[in-house]
Order: sequence, then C-alpha cells, then structure tokens
Amino acid sequence: MGLVARHVEAAGIPTLCMTSALDITRAANPPRAAFLDFPLGHATGKPDEPELQRQILVDAISCLESMTAPGSINTLPFRWSEDEGWKPKAFAGGDDRLPRHDTPQYQDEEDRRRAEGVGPPACPVCPS
Amino acid sequence: MEPVEYIPRIRDNYLRLGYKPYNWAFNTDPPPWTPLNKPLSKCRLGLAASGGIYMTGQVAFHYKDDISVRDIPTDVDTKDLRATHFAYDLSDARTDPNVVFPIDPLRRLVREGFLGGLAERFQTFMGGIYSTRRVTEDLAPRLTARFLAEGVDAVLLVPV
Repeated sequence: MGLVARHVEAAGIPTLCMTSALDITRAANPPRAAFLDFPLGHATGKPDEPELQRQILVDAISCLESMTAPGSINTLPFRWSEDEGWKPKAFAGGDDRLPRHDTPQYQDEEDRRRAEGVGPPACPVCPS
Repeated sequence: MEPVEYIPRIRDNYLRLGYKPYNWAFNTDPPPWTPLNKPLSKCRLGLAASGGIYMTGQVAFHYKDDISVRDIPTDVDTKDLRATHFAYDLSDARTDPNVVFPIDPLRRLVREGFLGGLAERFQTFMGGIYSTRRVTEDLAPRLTARFLAEGVDAVLLVPV
C-alpha cells in the first residue's frame, strides 16, 4: 500500500497509510503512516467495537494535520491484548494461505448467484 | 513487546510452501509530499483498502494475481459488504468489515463534524500482489485517477 500512497501523494493528494506491519511499511516508505500494533486483518480496529474503531480513526486521520516530515510513522496508543501472546504465533508456523484459484472466491453462494445475475436455484420437486 | 517482523516470517512461509519469493518494495528515496491545505473538518476523504472487500452483487476477487478494483458507494449498507482474500484470517472481517474497511466510523466522523465529507465511492482491491511493476504502473495509476476524478482532499489507505 506504500507504493499506492506514494503515487497518490505525487499526484497532489495528501495520504495517510494505516499499517499493522511496521517493517513492511518502513521498507515501502510512504509519506505518512499510522502504526496500529494489532494482528494482520485488523488495521482499523477490533470487530464490533465501534468506540475503539472511532478513536483509532480519529488518532490516525489527525496525522494528516500534525505530521510535517515526509516518511513520518506514528505509533497509535492501542494494544490488542495485555500479554501480546498473538505475536509469537503470527506467521510463525506454516500458514493457512489459500490456494491461488483464478475464479471469483465468493464469501457465500448467494453472492455468486447475485453476481452472476441468476435467481435462487429452482426447486427440484415443484412443477415448472 | 516489539512489533512483529513480517518480512522474514512471510519469506520463510513462501519458501516452505514452494511459492516464488515475494518482492517487498524498498524505497530509500524520500517519499513525495503534499501538505494538507485545509482543516480536516472541511476535507472530503477518499479511501482505498486492500482487504478484499466487495459488495454482494459484485464479482468477488480471485486469488491469482487479481489487481482489479471494486467501487463501493459510501452510502452502502454495511450488511452488504463481504470479504475474500487468500492471505489473512477473514473471520473478524466477515463479522465486522470495519476492521479492514472503516466505513461506519468514517460516516460517524462526518456526522460529528470531524471530517467534512466522504468521496461518493471508496475503492477496494486485494493486496498481496506479486509484481511491484503491476502496482506502480497499473493499479496505483487507476486508483489515483479515481481519487482525482472525485476531487478528494485527502486519502486514507488501509492495508491488511
């Protein structure tokens, strides 16, 4: 995402990158970043915690006003858990990365039917 | 505890799985810089997120070098958002898409007057793209063109 940030910024629009992967963001070196030390897949908060999500967004977006130096990274003051027991496990042993299918991977079959513009499956016993 | 170092962990994982190595972007030159020229309370915000969010009715992302983009209207019903991605645990994003696509907190910040407004549409795609060339020469220009067409004042970028 750092590459996208640099491209958008170069076109004249200020950007802020959220990140939960500090080393990846440091390497890509975007103009502004806010580091949230949460497991991947939670760059803007925990599920069903709207107050936390709001505060994370306020702190992050404020960086657009407060940062003055290109390449700044602010660490946001939130912790996923007290013991941080998730960290040693993150990507540590094998992973559950999914096969690289080249067909759309729908969350559920209803999504597929809607996207393909077909109705629900015909009832197999009703007369047509 | 120190932040997780993902580059060595993911590199080892790819080796173990027999995938070709992922080429992380390393930029040693200073990043470009455009100052924000108005207060946040007057800014219209754009957003791009790479967590594989789509809206039911749209074609979902596939997992083989997909660099396509979905437009998500910012008045979307949050219940219509879906998540698909090959590289992270989707369970929390499917419970509450705001963990990777913060549409509800951003709408709230507009109601509260913290932000001036939102773009008509946000952009989503699926990160973990192998080719930095395809990102810099194809995906990033397409996203930038959409932000320029919308005339947003600032852009929030949300990776996984």
